[in-house]
Amino acid sequence: MKVLVPIKRVVDYNVKVRVKADNSGVDLANVKMAMNPFCEIAVEEAVRLKEKGVVTEIVAVSIGPKAAQEQLRTAMALGADRSILVETDEEVQPLGIAKALKAIVDEEKPELVILGKQAIDGDNNQTGQMLAALAGMPQGTFASEVNVADGKVKVTREIDGGLQTVELSLPAVVTTDLRLNEPRYASLPNIMKAKKKPLDVKAPADLGVDLTPRVTTEKVEMPPERSAGVKVGSVDELVDKLKNEAKVI
Amino acid sequence: MSVLVYAEHDNATLSKVTLSVVAAAKEIGGDITVLVAGKGCGAVAEAAAKVDGVSKVLCADNDAYEHQLAENIADLVVELAGDYSHILAAATTTGKNFAPRVAALLDAPQISEISDVVDGDTFKRPIYAGNAIATVKCADAKKVLTVRGTSFDGVAEEGGSASVENVDVVKDAGISSFVGEELAKSDRPELTSADIVISGGRGMGNGDNFEILYKVADKLGAAVGASRAAVDAGFVPNDMQVGQTGKIVAPNLYIAVGISGAIQHLAGMKDSKVIVAINKDEEAPIFQVADYGLVADLFEAVPELDSKL
Repeated sequence: MKVLVPIKRVVDYNVKVRVKADNSGVDLANVKMAMNPFCEIAVEEAVRLKEKGVVTEIVAVSIGPKAAQEQLRTAMALGADRSILVETDEEVQPLGIAKALKAIVDEEKPELVILGKQAIDGDNNQTGQMLAALAGMPQGTFASEVNVADGKVKVTREIDGGLQTVELSLPAVVTTDLRLNEPRYASLPNIMKAKKKPLDVKAPADLGVDLTPRVTTEKVEMPPERSAGVKVGSVDELVDKLKNEAKVI
Repeated sequence: MSVLVYAEHDNATLSKVTLSVVAAAKEIGGDITVLVAGKGCGAVAEAAAKVDGVSKVLCADNDAYEHQLAENIADLVVELAGDYSHILAAATTTGKNFAPRVAALLDAPQISEISDVVDGDTFKRPIYAGNAIATVKCADAKKVLTVRGTSFDGVAEEGGSASVENVDVVKDAGISSFVGEELAKSDRPELTSADIVISGGRGMGNGDNFEILYKVADKLGAAVGASRAAVDAGFVPNDMQVGQTGKIVAPNLYIAVGISGAIQHLAGMKDSKVIVAINKDEEAPIFQVADYGLVADLFEAVPELDSKL
């Protein structure tokens, strides 16, 4: 079984982002970039399925700038067999990305697509579902457990009230939630080996898709700051303040 | 303009978050139609018809919609999408699941988790885990939006008198099926709609120690949450997680116990009206956002709080 794992290059999750002075966006100059954490979980899940013998080939794909090759190399160091970069320096949005991924799905014909539930920059949480819709595939979003058997995949999903399990026919799309697995680190020998694995570069035009953004960002601002209040000296004082000052209990 | 609001429910009760979505729809303007899709969900449709500001309720009652499977719900919404300029759903795991499917099938952009309506084309939404707020504009004639419930005060549950129209469109994609679910059973209020939330962090030490929070919660009628650190450490299940990767809450009172205050956590609770922090580390960042901070050992302070309430 072939698995496609779409990944995204984003600001490293440890970086505290700053809004640009002209409010045009977030300042990403000289900021550490990394693979989106939910995408790391997706790669790890694909690798585990390969280790179990369920999966035979893992293809990583990214749509973004040339520098996203770094993240594809990381994915290959973690266990992906080859990768595809759809290179563009323009801003890309979920619907455009989903269309590009649909074109890749048509070429590669994977039986499973595993991707992160959202990227930690735009926090959109759309791409997997959109790809599933365009490809006519079922979806198991926010997965905390994935079991492939008998031509189907059972996905346990993190939902607001607890957990839900669904069974999907293949091919299917799975989006990862935090508790699905704990991603491994790439070993040095694997990082070296990944340098020799194939990485195809394509242009959006090769796929015949229009990636033009449909939503424009007017401005980006800092959220309203909350200021620190007072320190109370005792539980009695706290209870008194909550009852008589804040009047919330 | 006309707005289609997808109702959130459990086939028996209309979820409060829908009132917030209707509030967002009102800010957009135009007629508001609410779609209730489920199985045996007639009572939900009746409740939706009474909601202030709703002009019509569509009720799609069929086995195919019982478990809100995204494949079936999306096909239904697309079929009914007609001339609506805006299709709204709550940014819950249900809304987040099916809404992008609807957007893709309609070739319409989606704007996720809006926190403010500027005008019918322009919205605000948090990005980068709430560390920045983007104002985005979309001129497409049809758009799909998910709404952050805590950012909009819900409309009144009563006051409307909409008509209920049964929809006999049956969309069963036949590619997914429901196997089962494990829902957390609790007599306490639901986290995202509770007036008071008390949350524990890594400082709780283990899951058993959450018992002291449950006691206080039961006295206050509060919901109990947790930081991601506490969830990752296995103290409590993930559905209790408050934060960017968990639930977004904005109660009248939020009590953070043994929580350091990582950005991740703050993103999920900083819109609370009053924040109390109890932590023995006076340098903990949580104190920078707390209205009332108590530097104390939680294992002494929380039982004392319990005894004095």
